[in-house]
Amino acid sequence: MNGPLLLALSEGSPQNLSIFDPVSPPAESIHHLSILVLSITAGIFLVVESILIYSLLRFRRRYVPGTSEPPQVYGSMPIEIAWTAAPALVVFVLTLVIARTEWEVRVDPNNLSPELKDAKALHVRVVGHQWWWEFNYDRYGDEKLDFVTANELHVPASHRAERSERRPVFLTLQSVDVAHSFWVPRLAGKTDLIPGRTNDMWFETEHTGLFVGQCAEYCGTQHANMLLRVYVDSPEEFTRWLTDQKKEARGGDDAELRKGKEVFLAQSCINCHRVRGTSARGTFGPDLTHLMSRDTLGSGVIENDRAGKRLREWIADPQKIKPGCLMPAFGLSESDLDRVTRYLASLE
Amino acid sequence: MALAEQTREAPPTWEAVLHEWVATVDHKRIGILYILMAVVFLVVAGIQALLMRWQLIVPRNTFLSPQVFNQMFTMHGTTMVFFMGMPILIGLGNFVVPLQIGARDMAFPRLNALGFWVSLFGGLLVYFSFLTGSAPDFGWFAYAPLTERTFARGPATEFWALGLIVSGIGTITAAVNFIATILGMRAPGMTLWKVPFFTWTILWTAVQILFAIPPLTAGLFLVLFDRQLGTHFFDPHTGGSAYLWQHLFWFFGHPEVYILILPAFGMIAEVIPVFSRKVLFGYEFMAAATMAIVFISLSVWAHHMFCVGMSRKLDLFFAASSLLVSIPTGIKMFNWLATMYGGKLWMASPMLFACGFLSMFLIGGLTGIMLAAAPFNFQLSDSYFVVGHFHWVLIGGTIFATFAGLHYWYPKATGRMLSERVARWQFGLLLIGFILTFGPMHIAGMLGMPRRIYTYDADRGWDLWNQLATIGGLIQAPSYLLFVYNITASLWKGRPAGDNPWDAWTLEWATTSPPPSYNFEEIPTVHSRRPLWDLRHPDDPDWQYE
Repeated sequence: MNGPLLLALSEGSPQNLSIFDPVSPPAESIHHLSILVLSITAGIFLVVESILIYSLLRFRRRYVPGTSEPPQVYGSMPIEIAWTAAPALVVFVLTLVIARTEWEVRVDPNNLSPELKDAKALHVRVVGHQWWWEFNYDRYGDEKLDFVTANELHVPASHRAERSERRPVFLTLQSVDVAHSFWVPRLAGKTDLIPGRTNDMWFETEHTGLFVGQCAEYCGTQHANMLLRVYVDSPEEFTRWLTDQKKEARGGDDAELRKGKEVFLAQSCINCHRVRGTSARGTFGPDLTHLMSRDTLGSGVIENDRAGKRLREWIADPQKIKPGCLMPAFGLSESDLDRVTRYLASLE
Repeated sequence: MALAEQTREAPPTWEAVLHEWVATVDHKRIGILYILMAVVFLVVAGIQALLMRWQLIVPRNTFLSPQVFNQMFTMHGTTMVFFMGMPILIGLGNFVVPLQIGARDMAFPRLNALGFWVSLFGGLLVYFSFLTGSAPDFGWFAYAPLTERTFARGPATEFWALGLIVSGIGTITAAVNFIATILGMRAPGMTLWKVPFFTWTILWTAVQILFAIPPLTAGLFLVLFDRQLGTHFFDPHTGGSAYLWQHLFWFFGHPEVYILILPAFGMIAEVIPVFSRKVLFGYEFMAAATMAIVFISLSVWAHHMFCVGMSRKLDLFFAASSLLVSIPTGIKMFNWLATMYGGKLWMASPMLFACGFLSMFLIGGLTGIMLAAAPFNFQLSDSYFVVGHFHWVLIGGTIFATFAGLHYWYPKATGRMLSERVARWQFGLLLIGFILTFGPMHIAGMLGMPRRIYTYDADRGWDLWNQLATIGGLIQAPSYLLFVYNITASLWKGRPAGDNPWDAWTLEWATTSPPPSYNFEEIPTVHSRRPLWDLRHPDDPDWQYE
């Protein structure tokens, strides 16, 4: 059970969530520590298990009750002291290494090292909901941001060698209902989102692409489908994405779309969902302003195809796709369903 | 009395037998009742485990709904910890301790009976929740605010909390009884430093219970206050704290782990010397290590909470104190090996399970070191790695040791030997099935699989590990059934055991099998930790070396 083996095993699958394939400093520090700990424990395992197996082979004799007994050894002070002191030494060394890693992984956002302080950092406030993620984009470098997305976190890639090109990501973690946990194994270890508390975590990666994870603290019925996707974009792509997201919702241009919008605004959809630029201002559910910029629906449970096929199924009855989720089926007529789907599918 | 002897001629009716068992205050019968209760709950919770494994055998399986799956893991965890793990160990302690220290019964026989019936009632109370339509579904550690009315609307939470409060009362009475018995009723000559090792570990387990259960009971009352009286202890929106529950729970929860493992250590320390034909190596260090584990383990609870965002210094404190536990645990491991070294190893079924314990518990301990390393824990916590780890400790540790103890003392309790052949099959299936179930879970966890998910996507690469785990579960299941078969069939078919079939050295083997209700005709006087050794070897008795 060592690192390289696991890595090889996980390569065949399309998604990689291995903690032994880190791409960001916190996950890398943990990876280093884990190799040390695995080596020490593997060493102890081999020694103790060998002694056990040797004893079993060497001293296995048929005992006939009442026959002669082997020599009785009651104990030995020097030996006892030796096997108390040796593990104590290992514990001491391990504690020191743990301390160093702990301080590397968990940086204090109010007291950053100079390199991280000057960097063009992205600040996002993450709010856990049953069973989806709310992302409030607060700040990117010096620029203040003020928009909300859901379930798919976009961040810029960093270039760690150059101080001016560093783009770390700082997350502030909160929850509106029960405890959740933010876990994308290749980026960082997990940090919980606990109602009534504010936590923080950070990561920074040079690798563009998609990194998946999911909620890691049991949070109720659909805990299993509180999936999480982090897209690391090149800095240029990310800036483009930001520009799009900052805009208010388009849509409602032609007559059909306007009808769809009317249905959407007339239904209770707007109690929970927001579409910026309209009167839909709900906050219990995901912000739909740029719904079609996302690849998945229902916190990653199904694909969000361009034609809106899965979107229509979702609106028709979310309970079929994600049983127990907090969005009910509204019993829309087929034509209303088509209209709402078409309207929402226009929110790019 | 004379009348009773006359009617003894006719076989007693089943009502009379039942009445005798229900009304008994004999520690041996109460011990057996505890063990039977545990076996029944073991089968029930085992079925729950198999249902979960079947759901997870393929991605996006629809065998169980998420609601049912979540109820299954909650009931499985709750049952195994409270209604299987603790009762079976308390039951063994109940049966063995008075015999081992040369007492006629426990200090408070009626309290003892009360404790058992209250524990059983607590278990049934939790299961009554099924009758209301749904069992609790918030996991066995019931993180607030999932237990608040907002998130758990039905009465299942009340059944769960009341059941645990009630069975907790039973557990506490058992602990008080053990402490009083062991401190006050030892045979003449048996100083506290000369008690058999299993009795020693039961004494410290009882102390641990008194530290651990009351905070849980208090926490459960607060949950009920929140739900029934409208208080806000765990409701963060009105000034309560979800985080407080985690501290209260784990202040109980981690010592609980040691409550489940210390008696296991005790049984291993009985079985290994007898079947190696050597005295326990380093009794004094072993005894001190037991106490060290009890006290250190009171300051390790927050290693279950490394991801909640404690300060870095607190993380470090709890990491270091958790690592410290490995030192006394290592001492135990090494002393057991030293006891075997140079002995005459008699591989009868108790020794087989004890060796299974040594090799498997070692692995559980080592993965524990990984989890104690706080930053490593940020990755491993709440993943399947943790599920693999604690099953490795509780099955590889507690269950293997308990089977060693049950095979060791069954002849004493019934006067019959268990079938060695069935025991060997049981051992083989358990070992293979167990490794296959829980080994792959470690790998799935390191590949990013969180615990308590009712399903997963095919693209995550976890299918193989889950399939192996399910196959392992199917191999393990018959091993438990073989055990149930063996303890039942051997009552009739087993070879008569005699007083001391293992040629062992502690006082329980000095009386008949099964022992009379008064245990000993004459209370023996002891001079060493191995009184029967002294009797057999008057030329070279133990007390000269102690």
